[in-house]
Amino acid sequence: MVEGDHTLGTVSDKIGDLALKKKTPFFWFVGFGLAFLVAQLLMVSIGYLLVTGIGIFGTNQPVGWAFPIINFVWWIGIGHAGTLISAILLLLNQKWRTSINRFAEAMTLFAVACAAIFPVIHTGRPWLAAYWLFPYPNTMGIWPQFRSPLIWDVFAVSTYATISLLFWYVGLIPDLATLRDRAKNKYFKFIYGTLSWGWRGSSRHWHRYEIAYLLLAGISTPLVLSVHSIVSFDFSVSQIPGWHTTFFPPYFVAGAVYAGFAMVLILCIPLRRWYGMKDFITDTHLHYMGKVMLATGLIVFYAYIMEAYFGWYSSSQYEWFMIKNRIWTGPYWMFYWFLILCNGISIQLLWFKRFRESTFWLFVVSIIVSIGMWLERFVIIVTSLHRDFLPSSWAMYSPTIWDWTLYIGTIGMFFSLVFLFVRFLPIISIFEVRTLLPEANVHGHQQDFEENVVEVEYTYEKTDPPNKESEA
Amino acid sequence: MDKKLYGLMAEFDSATELVDAARAVREAGYTKTDGFSPFPIHEMDEALGIKRSILPVLVFFGGITGLLLGVSLQVFVHYIDYPLNIGGRPYLSWISFVPPSFELTILLAGFTAVFGMLFLNGLPRPYHPVFNVPRFALATREKFFLLIESADDKYDYDETRAFLQGLNPQEVFDVDE
Repeated sequence: MVEGDHTLGTVSDKIGDLALKKKTPFFWFVGFGLAFLVAQLLMVSIGYLLVTGIGIFGTNQPVGWAFPIINFVWWIGIGHAGTLISAILLLLNQKWRTSINRFAEAMTLFAVACAAIFPVIHTGRPWLAAYWLFPYPNTMGIWPQFRSPLIWDVFAVSTYATISLLFWYVGLIPDLATLRDRAKNKYFKFIYGTLSWGWRGSSRHWHRYEIAYLLLAGISTPLVLSVHSIVSFDFSVSQIPGWHTTFFPPYFVAGAVYAGFAMVLILCIPLRRWYGMKDFITDTHLHYMGKVMLATGLIVFYAYIMEAYFGWYSSSQYEWFMIKNRIWTGPYWMFYWFLILCNGISIQLLWFKRFRESTFWLFVVSIIVSIGMWLERFVIIVTSLHRDFLPSSWAMYSPTIWDWTLYIGTIGMFFSLVFLFVRFLPIISIFEVRTLLPEANVHGHQQDFEENVVEVEYTYEKTDPPNKESEA
Repeated sequence: MDKKLYGLMAEFDSATELVDAARAVREAGYTKTDGFSPFPIHEMDEALGIKRSILPVLVFFGGITGLLLGVSLQVFVHYIDYPLNIGGRPYLSWISFVPPSFELTILLAGFTAVFGMLFLNGLPRPYHPVFNVPRFALATREKFFLLIESADDKYDYDETRAFLQGLNPQEVFDVDE
């Protein structure tokens, strides 16, 4: 999993020096500058929204939910890959997660931060959100409605953001201690020292640390599955044809992981190239991510097919009308087919080694998938709403310029945060990469496979003639 | 001796040496010991005789607290404080109370795991005597250290120092208080 000739020391230097020693590369200033400029669109849009009200959006009857929720679901979905990589792959003992988990988790945090903007501001009166969303005793004597999926969403997303932050921060503590001990600049030394909480790598601390890390992974696993399930409840608990289906939770979770891995690839392909991290984020990592994308993409594609089938098989005229309207008779049919092209067809390329092992094609497919996942939410939300039960209420939806600026602004904010992260924090988990090195194996044992090693030794003694000494 | 020492620390080059030394130190009867390494070494738990942490139990009760909090909050709101009849549905519609209760369970369990770990580890602790050894900065990079505290019953400066020297370390340091 680690290529090149690395020792404990060189690993620490190579990753740590990005934050400490290396001159900030020119592209960083260009990238951060651009992203930060784009993020100003967000500021302007929010400012204008608060002054004017939600009339600036294209959202109107019958399409009462549009860009804000599309973007919310899109961002939340992207976040899911980070937790999947850090928690589920840790429990499954997948060693390849080690060098990508740090920035995948950072990506989760930033994506959730972008997502959270939409539900808070979409009413145009975020200062009232406190008592709509959070149960606290107030002078009006009212409470949030806990039977509503929207309140479930509040609990799911805020828990998700908190736990992701904790997970990420706990992973950072030993690495911040490494940076503290290497920093020459006394201000940086102080900041990293404060953030690392005086970590000194004691064996007794590591013991509890590993337990805590594993427990966090254990509780994050059901959490990440619950979050997008609950997001899908926002739709499936309602009775709108096209939303009211029981298979939304698995469909949404698979879509979330799909979109998330696409975003991880979009971030890590340039990152490993510009920062020369190919020894740690190897081609093997990219192939694996390509395979996860293929698998989840196929689940999503299957869900599209089943969705159409359910519409027909339900024999409900509203369901079947919605499907027909979505796919060929309605005004948005082109979006549907563009979505199928992006999410269903383009992914088929990854069956072939030639594409799966080419960084260029992985990058291209990832961008296409990101667009496709956005279209998926657009199709689900807009085509289900714009044909109401009464033809007299039918209408078309189109976003306004402010819908777009708000959305593009969050993309700017996301990339600004990513650029700040790669500048000031170790982008790869240093201490976990150390455990991958052969030096980390006590008496040549693989740490995480103690039981297996015992078994191997047992069979080793029984083989005849005995195996050669292992290189480790 | 003039100044009081916190303990003696030996530096090693590899994880294997550290584990072997820790085992020897433990067998020699020292109990107030600690190892320092740039990454977790599972063998150290056994070599130093580290007892399994109580953390999982705390996390379990943290989770239970979250669950009870979630259930009681929603029952209080919808059954006791402000019952609201919506479409004739029961006030105790417990199924819809599941998601928030679940999320609160996870939230409090997570808080307990992280802050419990830091608390049991005695962190944050910006100053610690081991930082007085200049070479100790390498403990977060590539070197391995073994500490015997002067508070140990078996501790005797000359004897312990000779003992640590016998474990074949790179160097043995006095750790100032």
